Amino acid sequence: MPDFYDDDARLTRPRIVALALSAALVALLSLIILTAPGDLERLNLVARERLTESGVANPVTAVLLNFRGYDTLLEVAVLLLAVIGIWSMARYARVWIKVPDTPVLAAFVRLVLPLMVLVSGYLLWLGADAPGGAFQGGAVLGGMGILWIAAAVWLPDFQFQRFARVMLVLGLIAFVGASTLLLALEGSFMEYPAGEAKNWILVIESAAMISIGMTLMMLFVGGIPRLNEGTV
Amino acid sequence: MNDSAALYAVAGVILFGMGIYALVAYPHLLRKILGMNVMGIGVFAVFVALAYRGPDQPPDPVPHALVITGIVVAVCATGLGLTLATRLKALTGVAQLTPDQED
Amino acid sequence: MNLILTVDVILVVIMLVTAWLALTARDLQRAVILFIALGLLVSLAWVRLQAPDVAMAEAAVGAGLTGALLISTLNSMRELQKKKTSEVTPPADASPTPQEANHA
Repeated sequence: MPDFYDDDARLTRPRIVALALSAALVALLSLIILTAPGDLERLNLVARERLTESGVANPVTAVLLNFRGYDTLLEVAVLLLAVIGIWSMARYARVWIKVPDTPVLAAFVRLVLPLMVLVSGYLLWLGADAPGGAFQGGAVLGGMGILWIAAAVWLPDFQFQRFARVMLVLGLIAFVGASTLLLALEGSFMEYPAGEAKNWILVIESAAMISIGMTLMMLFVGGIPRLNEGTV
Repeated sequence: MNDSAALYAVAGVILFGMGIYALVAYPHLLRKILGMNVMGIGVFAVFVALAYRGPDQPPDPVPHALVITGIVVAVCATGLGLTLATRLKALTGVAQLTPDQED
Repeated sequence: MNLILTVDVILVVIMLVTAWLALTARDLQRAVILFIALGLLVSLAWVRLQAPDVAMAEAAVGAGLTGALLISTLNSMRELQKKKTSEVTPPADASPTPQEANHA
């Protein structure tokens, strides 16, 4: 069977059964959601009430980095795990780099890269009181890395690996370090000292943003960067 | 729940159903990964719809934060899955689950 | 109010149709492109539901980066297919792959 054309797209009998079962599931879940109890306000009210104590004015950032900081900590760990999983299949790096036919893409990318660094930093700073933050900034950084590779402006080689490793763990180290320090200073996990929350959040977010960007780039590389040994 | 929120919540459930159908019914791994992503989008749609409080009131930030976390975790799962699929393709020559491989 | 609801309905219908086409398209390249389109449509919906943070994350990560991953995977699978096809010396007992891969 050719691999890029799923020729077998016909509605065979097992597929009709699967479709019917999915439809039943959809009906059931819709019923549950539409008749769910409407009292969903408690967390919303608590989050908004205590927003002024969180150190930031954007409620989403407050939830991500303060009220539910441990969630984000675990997420940063999950990102690291994904890269470790990909690197354990290191000989099968996915990137098939071809130098583009025209120099336009590379020139454009060279022009845009510094802007993207600026934008990611701006998004991080903006996240404190408007839509934005570590995840959006990290996505811009990751997109920058991907453009970099896709335009073959610069390709990750074996040396880059060490740098990448440091950047990958930076977010988790900052998070765990900060929460351990807070545990020692304040006696409770992930609870920032009153009035200084903003600085703590900014430090953790910056480190997390760098790690998120590097993680996304490494997902695209799809294996330990090793330019000389080729791919697959 | 207001009309718009209900509409988007039901749309999310339908997306979830489509995704689970593609995941189960098609053999190609890439399509399964696409199905998984569409399921994820469906779940996010339900979350964001439940957070919506109408045009006059601010929405609930807690589900929003969960969804942002979820989007980034979903892309990681996708990256890992795609690497696995590529490796399967490199080792066996196919990126599909064929009936022959079931035993 | 009714106008807004109409726009909602249109957006939801486009979303669902795009999702269905993305999941059932025969050509995987087309499926991936439609999936990216779905991600962008969904981020429009998030803006509509007053979730701009989520919309930014979805457009950048859900549509952009996931799309880049999917396209690069398709490319590398295609390269692997080419490699496999060229490696196979004309087999005496015709295994099905090379010919079928060619007419694709």
